[in-house]
Amino acid sequence: MNVNALQPLLQRLGPRGRHLAAFAVFAGPVILGVGLFSYIPVLWGFVLSFFEARGTVAPQRFVGLSNYALLVTDREFIRSLMMITVFGAVIVPLTVGLSLALAVALRRIGWGRTFFRTVFFLPMTCSYVAGSLVWRMSLFNGQAYGVANMAGSVFGLQPVEWISAPSPPLYWVALVTVRLWLQCGFYVVIFLAALVEVPASLYEAAHVDGASGWQSFRHVTLPSIRNASVSILFLCTIGAFQAFDEFYNVMGGVASPGNITMIRTPLIYLYDVAFTQQNYGYGSAGAFVLTLLIVVFSALQSRVVGFGRAEG
Amino acid sequence: MNNTWHPGTAVRSARRPVAGRIALYGIVIVLAALFLLPFYIVLRNAFATHAEITASAWVWFPPKPTLDNLTGMFAGERPILAISMVNSLIVAIAQTALQLLFASMAGYALARIPIRCGKAVLGYILLPMMIPGAVTFVPSFVLVAYFGWVNSFLGLVIPGAFSVFATLVFRQFYLDFPRDLEEAARVDGLGTWGIFWHIVVPNSQGVFVSMGILLFVGSWNSFLWPLVIAQDQNMYTVQMYVSSFLTSQNPDLPKLFMAALVSVLPIAVLFLALQRYIVGGITRSGIKG
Repeated sequence: MNVNALQPLLQRLGPRGRHLAAFAVFAGPVILGVGLFSYIPVLWGFVLSFFEARGTVAPQRFVGLSNYALLVTDREFIRSLMMITVFGAVIVPLTVGLSLALAVALRRIGWGRTFFRTVFFLPMTCSYVAGSLVWRMSLFNGQAYGVANMAGSVFGLQPVEWISAPSPPLYWVALVTVRLWLQCGFYVVIFLAALVEVPASLYEAAHVDGASGWQSFRHVTLPSIRNASVSILFLCTIGAFQAFDEFYNVMGGVASPGNITMIRTPLIYLYDVAFTQQNYGYGSAGAFVLTLLIVVFSALQSRVVGFGRAEG
Repeated sequence: MNNTWHPGTAVRSARRPVAGRIALYGIVIVLAALFLLPFYIVLRNAFATHAEITASAWVWFPPKPTLDNLTGMFAGERPILAISMVNSLIVAIAQTALQLLFASMAGYALARIPIRCGKAVLGYILLPMMIPGAVTFVPSFVLVAYFGWVNSFLGLVIPGAFSVFATLVFRQFYLDFPRDLEEAARVDGLGTWGIFWHIVVPNSQGVFVSMGILLFVGSWNSFLWPLVIAQDQNMYTVQMYVSSFLTSQNPDLPKLFMAALVSVLPIAVLFLALQRYIVGGITRSGIKG
């Protein structure tokens, strides 16, 4: 593009017009892209959720709220929502707690810190698919040569079917630990960055006042990294409610079929509805119900966190 | 190599009792071993035979590492692994390049070009960050199908080419960018376009690298969107290739782990080489508060 040819035209626009033209050129792609691939899909999905749309993505017949009415009584869907809520209640505290503990530990050790930091960050590079592979085919494969069973045999334990047996539901051990391993590094980075900014003078003051290690953690560290902790809490919760990859890859095609529907996350359920049954109207309605659940939980969390601040 | 990023000094280690410090190191070493275990398993199994993987006594590392698992997957008329690697590379590079281009330009405009409704535009761009991806994946597929982009690079790349997150990071970066450089260039007769490409971009390589690698890793490791879009084997990404093996009955274990190694290794190497940029990128994203 010959920019010089445009100069006389730009001169005539005046400063305000020139700014507007420049802004349009620079921000135009993102404005258009966000409109096309965020706003339109959301609106389209919202419209579609009030229609019957099977085998086609065009609205076929207006059905009002009946997709939503069906969802509320859809036992599979309700079960997936309850399941993911329990999953979130387990994985979120575990992830936040372990990440914080690792970040604090990294701050306290001197020798080898760079090495250990790299080790704890490294799983960030791994995809959920590759992680699921190791968990399913090696760590928790249920065979005598599986790593978990081999470690158990050292203590005289019999081999356990971790993933393929519906009860006891030991597959949760695999599903929780794989996400924990994959996610911690990212949150450790954020916690470390927040911990760095806690002024050393605060710790000195706490020490002078005779605070124990736990007391200075509780009254100096935690309040100082409050913002980071809140962001991590939200990111972690929103991520857990949208779990898909590890459930799909750890449990998908596992021999015992009873398992598969039991541990279907809402996203896997919606994937099945939309892409296996080609029921796009129903799938869209389900997506909005899931969003509503995420919004409700985020609101609840922010209330709880907000109350925490009022007390402190 | 990682000495450039310091999370500060161990302010309190000096006065911790020795026993406490030994316990701390013990816990950290055990956790580090657990964190490394999956990488070790991928490496061991990728170079092992089926018999070595399934042996009842643990084989620490195959005595004669075999490359058959690697060469086998690139042989044949339709070497799906090789094809899927190339697909993943094309998608990740194209998507990262477009994301960087669009996000840096938009971020610069939002930070520096004064227009009346700038606040409104910023709000419009940021609002989708509040929407969970779960809502959009079905209707996004619907839209992409409408465009006829299913099973194409366009469908894999374009919908993810506009990163709100990266736009926000670039905006934040350019808000803190020194104005003097731009003023000087403006006096020299450069317009906004010229200033951006000749002055601003060359002086913000750090943020480009750190955002670039985060976006690249995200694109390379993404699974749900390619699963929805790339239905034909020739369009598979490497994640889908591994997943399709994984969820099939009786997969060939050594080959499976070699495929995983091939998919993880480039990212792990990139990470080790550019760790400080990755950390800088995550930190810069502003969520640390």
